[in-house]
Amino acid sequence: MAMTSKNFSKKKPVGVIGIGSFGTAIANILAEKSHVIVYARKPEVVEEINLHHTSNGKSLHEDIEATNSPEYICQQCEILFPVVSSAGFREVMQQFAPYLHPYHMLIHGTKGLSLLLPKGKTLETVDKIKRENIATMSEIIQNETVVVRIGCLAGPNLAKELLKKQPAATVIASKYNEVILEGQRLLRSDRFQVYGNQDIIGVELSGVLKNIIAIAAGALAGMGLGENAKGLLISRGMVELIYLGKALGGSTKSFIGLAGIGDLVATCSSNLSRNYTVGYRLANGESLDQIIADMDEVAEGINTVMLIKTFVENAGMRAPITENLYKVLFEGFKVEEALGYLMKYPFNVDVDFL
Amino acid sequence: MTDDYIKHKYDPILHQKDEWPVVKLSKYRKEFIKLVAEASKERILNFTGHNVDLLREELETTLYREKMRIKQNPWVVDPDDDNEFWSGVKSSLVQLTSESNLSTEAKREGYHKILYNITTRYAEEIASSFKHSHYKATRRMVTFGFSRLLNAARVKGFKSLFSNQYTLQDKIQIIGETDQLRDLSSKGTIVMVPTHFSNLDSILIGWTISTLGMPPYIYGAGLNLFNIQIFSYFMNALGAYKVDRRKKNLPYIETLKTYSSKAIQFGCHSLFFPGGTRSRSGKIESKLKLGLLSTAIEAQRANYQKGMNDISGKIFIVPVTINYHFVLEAPSLIQEHLSLTGQERYYKESDEFSTSYKISKFLVKFFTKGSDISVSIGNAMDILGNYVDENGSSLDRHGRVIDTRDYFVSNNKISVDNQREEEYTSMLGKRIVEEFHKINRVFSSHLVAFTAFEILKNKNKKLDLFSLLRLPEEDLVISYELFSSECERVRQRIFELRDEGKVHVAPHLKTDIDSIIKHGLQNVGMYHARRPLIQNTSGEIITEDMSLLYFYHNRLDGYDLEKLF
Repeated sequence: MAMTSKNFSKKKPVGVIGIGSFGTAIANILAEKSHVIVYARKPEVVEEINLHHTSNGKSLHEDIEATNSPEYICQQCEILFPVVSSAGFREVMQQFAPYLHPYHMLIHGTKGLSLLLPKGKTLETVDKIKRENIATMSEIIQNETVVVRIGCLAGPNLAKELLKKQPAATVIASKYNEVILEGQRLLRSDRFQVYGNQDIIGVELSGVLKNIIAIAAGALAGMGLGENAKGLLISRGMVELIYLGKALGGSTKSFIGLAGIGDLVATCSSNLSRNYTVGYRLANGESLDQIIADMDEVAEGINTVMLIKTFVENAGMRAPITENLYKVLFEGFKVEEALGYLMKYPFNVDVDFL
Repeated sequence: MTDDYIKHKYDPILHQKDEWPVVKLSKYRKEFIKLVAEASKERILNFTGHNVDLLREELETTLYREKMRIKQNPWVVDPDDDNEFWSGVKSSLVQLTSESNLSTEAKREGYHKILYNITTRYAEEIASSFKHSHYKATRRMVTFGFSRLLNAARVKGFKSLFSNQYTLQDKIQIIGETDQLRDLSSKGTIVMVPTHFSNLDSILIGWTISTLGMPPYIYGAGLNLFNIQIFSYFMNALGAYKVDRRKKNLPYIETLKTYSSKAIQFGCHSLFFPGGTRSRSGKIESKLKLGLLSTAIEAQRANYQKGMNDISGKIFIVPVTINYHFVLEAPSLIQEHLSLTGQERYYKESDEFSTSYKISKFLVKFFTKGSDISVSIGNAMDILGNYVDENGSSLDRHGRVIDTRDYFVSNNKISVDNQREEEYTSMLGKRIVEEFHKINRVFSSHLVAFTAFEILKNKNKKLDLFSLLRLPEEDLVISYELFSSECERVRQRIFELRDEGKVHVAPHLKTDIDSIIKHGLQNVGMYHARRPLIQNTSGEIITEDMSLLYFYHNRLDGYDLEKLF
């Protein structure tokens, strides 16, 4: 594409923080309209991008520039897309905080949660976790930086399909209309539709909680079960997702939107999803440690199951799919046993959240 | 902020410019009203998208509501020509609508003119009639009168008439960030946001402001207060502008907001009771009315737009809590709260604050008997709720200086985005509530009322609030042993909270628990006919009015203390 066709004559470049598979996909979409600067921690990754226009073997748009200086990227860009794993998210934000100002806009694409525990406590030693101990990524940004214009990106956006330039859509959620409008302006194209939503917490939670169900879907497939089982799981999973999501502060509307049901169906049907893969391999008798050992990026769902299970226990709620998945992941339960338990669980109302 | 109060004489602060904005504003009252009326008109036209039909509808609605108000809810303070004015509006509207041979342009102009007449009238109504000489006289009178009363009660004999041994500052203690407030008020513009429990608050805050040597603040006082003469006198003297809660039409609300915003931009220090009205439940406000608060944010943005990027254009939000043992209106407030929230049959008690006589009687009682009040001044914040340092610079959580202007910047320049500013307003509201809880000062009376109510609630776990409040007196008895040990537990927790910086305590809470209980029982709601909490002859703790006990208990709501039970 020629430089002249782009409309960044006066606009500042756009930043992407983190260059995993989703980061790569987003950077490529952004680069169609804007000059993009990506931040990568490792100097060799920066070099690979600047010299060869590839990241981890995946090709990158030629106009994408890489840096490992948070200061530089914050100076150059007013809008930044942090796309790092939830485990490293807080640390990255702390590192960026000194260079961020209230005029910055951050739109993150991380579908995970983070724990906020009192000093000296870990998930194993703390007796209970409450809502205030769980932070979504937008809450981390709020806690660690002065940025207020925060948004998030969620929806059925499997990185591998985006990289192949297949049509897709996403949701940008923010309390600020200007963030939604900017996000749409930067991302929208003939094959990428962008919806807006004001309920940022609900949209973040949709993306986070659907990972639990994705692991379960993988497990069913791994057991060789068919579409009936999947239909059952998706619909019961949806109920559980809404139930948990409301308890954590999201609104039902968001969960039945693109970021909720849209993303749920995509991840539950695709072996391109990391979370799905975890479930699939579990059902084939592999242990969690084995699976984690040879994945190059984290499956957010594992951490989410652990966190949500502890939260549910304290809140006096029941979340049968999450609880049973926890047993399979961390207590050596067989997938068959967990499934057997779920089939006996006394669900009797089909839908009670609308 | 320390817990202890230091009696201190504050010299009057002089403004860096030769005149205080509030004085200047009263000098140029006419011009200012014009400015407000014009700006309000523009605002409303923007709202209606410059669509003539929408504007006409808006005007007709306003006219209808105003006619209804005049008919159904007239007040003493209403101007005499109220009816006349609105009849005039009516005939101009009718005329405009029926004239078919007028051009669209002429019609548009006609409607704009009617709108301008209305906003001008509203601006006149709202505008304060502050007079500096008047202000000084009131200030002297309050100080003199009150200190006579005080000394008459405490110093014996004829000399008491001239004694200055006790001053109002012994009675009403001012604690907290007074120096910062004084300092910033000579450099930038202050918006003070106090908690609101009693109609006395406005006088109390007015007195606090003048004791601290600051110029008068302008503030929106409910027009209903001007119905009571004694208040009307004080309010007019202290720079109050009038807020008429009966008028909920768009032109009025926009004129009111414009007035506030323009006055802040003019540099006038302002006072909002962000809870809107007095706290009916006795709880510290947790949901704020954001309308007026938004004008502070708007004014800050407007100042930046004008290029006032230094401290002279900066607006500081200063939360204040007023701590009482006793709220005169408590019985009617809590009745109103309960009838609004609950099943209890609604019955209206007479407003205890309705006459000047009753208020004077209360004032005499207040100054001659015990019951202290303290006013806690919180840390100044910028309009996003960031603390500011001694230079008035905003600090982030890690102590880094940030530029407040950046909150309004997009693409390197200040942009106007109403939706963004709405979000900022609600963020600021949350921060103010947080600060209220931190600077709130726990008194012995709050402790005993809270503990007693929680014990009774815990004894009757199965009852909901309204059944609990209706329990017969014989079920409302607490043994002294239980009461004192529970009070001690609550006190321990309060001190833990204090060490975490989440609340403040009055020094009298540091004595032994028996003295605290005694002090608390003496003071909690002390002038009510039916006392919320007393000790009977056999030493047990009983209540004469469970609803009142609930009211005073609510002061410690929001600290999770109920989890101790």
